[in-house]
Amino acid sequence: MSSTTFDIATAPAKDPATARALGRRRRMVDRLIRWACIGSTIIGLIFLASILVTLIYRGFAALDLTVLTREFEPTTYGDPDAPRGGLAHAIIGSLIQTSIATAVGTPVGLLVGTYLAEYARGSKLGEAVRFVSDVLLSAPSILIGLFIYQMVVLPMGGFSGLAGALALAIIVIPVVVRTTEDMLTLIPNTLREAVVALGAPKWKMITLVTWRAALSGIVTGVLLAFARIAGETAPLLLTSFGNSITSWDLSRSMSSLPIAIYQQANSGFPDLIDIAWAGALLVTLGVLSVNVVARVLLRKRK
Amino acid sequence: MNSETQTHIEASRGFGGMQVRSDAALSMKNRIEIRNLDFFYGPTLPKALKGISLNFPDRQVTGMIGPSGCGKSTLLRVMNRMYSLYPGQRAEGEVLLDGENLLDPQMDLNELRSKVGMVFQKPTPFPMTIYENIAFGVRLHEKLSKAEMDQRVEWALTRAAIWNEVKDRLQASAMGLSGGQQQRLCIARTIAVRPEVILFDEPTSALDPISTLKIEELIDELKRDFTIAIVTHNMQQAARCADQVAFFYLGELVEVAPAAAMFTAPKHPKTQEYITGRFG
Repeated sequence: MSSTTFDIATAPAKDPATARALGRRRRMVDRLIRWACIGSTIIGLIFLASILVTLIYRGFAALDLTVLTREFEPTTYGDPDAPRGGLAHAIIGSLIQTSIATAVGTPVGLLVGTYLAEYARGSKLGEAVRFVSDVLLSAPSILIGLFIYQMVVLPMGGFSGLAGALALAIIVIPVVVRTTEDMLTLIPNTLREAVVALGAPKWKMITLVTWRAALSGIVTGVLLAFARIAGETAPLLLTSFGNSITSWDLSRSMSSLPIAIYQQANSGFPDLIDIAWAGALLVTLGVLSVNVVARVLLRKRK
Repeated sequence: MNSETQTHIEASRGFGGMQVRSDAALSMKNRIEIRNLDFFYGPTLPKALKGISLNFPDRQVTGMIGPSGCGKSTLLRVMNRMYSLYPGQRAEGEVLLDGENLLDPQMDLNELRSKVGMVFQKPTPFPMTIYENIAFGVRLHEKLSKAEMDQRVEWALTRAAIWNEVKDRLQASAMGLSGGQQQRLCIARTIAVRPEVILFDEPTSALDPISTLKIEELIDELKRDFTIAIVTHNMQQAARCADQVAFFYLGELVEVAPAAAMFTAPKHPKTQEYITGRFG
């Protein structure tokens, strides 16, 4: 037997004092780490709560029917008879642009994610596509705005709702790619084999079974993307620019809630800043309610 | 004729009470004949199956036993070309289904899999209703009217001994069934396509004893219409279900014999060691 082998018979006896000291130390470290975790959580929640409370307090104070139905008006300078403005143009612009962006970006992202998970596992091209998509995911959104500015705004000769929607669509794609791929990868191969074993071609396996099995995850990804673009400001500054009246024309500049908030919050006039708060509340509530509705729907399906 | 087939025939002659058949009659009654099959999981990997030759008699249950990694599941996955899903995996030799070599690169895999169905170790219900689970496979190969489809679904679920449990909730999700019910649903889904051969890959290893018993009874019932190959780790199961048993070890077919002969008088010492529980 080698000398390094532990031999229970000759090992020194356990010292109760040392054991107690070690136990005390372990309990102390445990308490320290637990309080560090709880403390950090509290700090994080305080910030979140203060943002939400301020937003709800100032937003609801300014929110009324005028905000929802009227278009932009200049400041009233405190004159109670002057017409007060609203955000109808921005709400409509935001809905148009985010809907088009989601409608354009989702199928592309879904198919790319499916390609990565179902066809390109372990392939060089797949690796490259995944890398590019991840880069796009973390690219500063102003860059995407600049890109569309070069590719669409300049050739078309001006800012447009279409350019804004395209910029947002480019932000949607990598989010949907990532979640679609992740969700499809989670599906066990045995399920795929079970479909194939019945004599199903691969495309039917994907469209009829694996997409369905991953549906809740994929929908969540689309909602995440929707939530992200609903609050995007930077790319829209360079593409749809903003507008003070309602525009349904995709070839002209178009307002959106984030841009309207940005412009009115920057104006320095208290009445316009109030409208900006109302707009911020609307964006937050909109994103929140979309999330809640989707979760409820998904739970019902199950 | 190669040595394994010889072994099989000799063994079936040696088994008292079993009808002794001529070689010609035997070969006519084989649904699948495997001849000198080698299998590779990758170009640089060693053979996972080495020169396997084995016959699957029509409407009989062939049990495949052996320790983990011996190649029995691999053989099953060759018989419906499941391995073709994975690039790099390759089989050499011949696997004849009704005389047609299914390793032929020209083989229509979807048609093949409609003739050779498979039931997996873990139940794999699809995320849809019970009815749709059954109709899914049928729709891939046949165009049926609503009434015909209803009939086919009922037939498959009845044959899989689960109709009484699910007939009132055909439109409910299949994910809500118990493990044993899910496995019988998967069997129903497989037979709904009306294959000739059904491959069972350890179909009861994830199930409780009662569900296992039900599946075994079912297999006994199904062999009236289907040729069955079952891979199992459970020797009692092989003894209960199988008509002939094949013992695999390290990628080779060591012995094949009628079940009774295999478990009472194995010829090969390795088989003896395995079935008496000395290894594996």
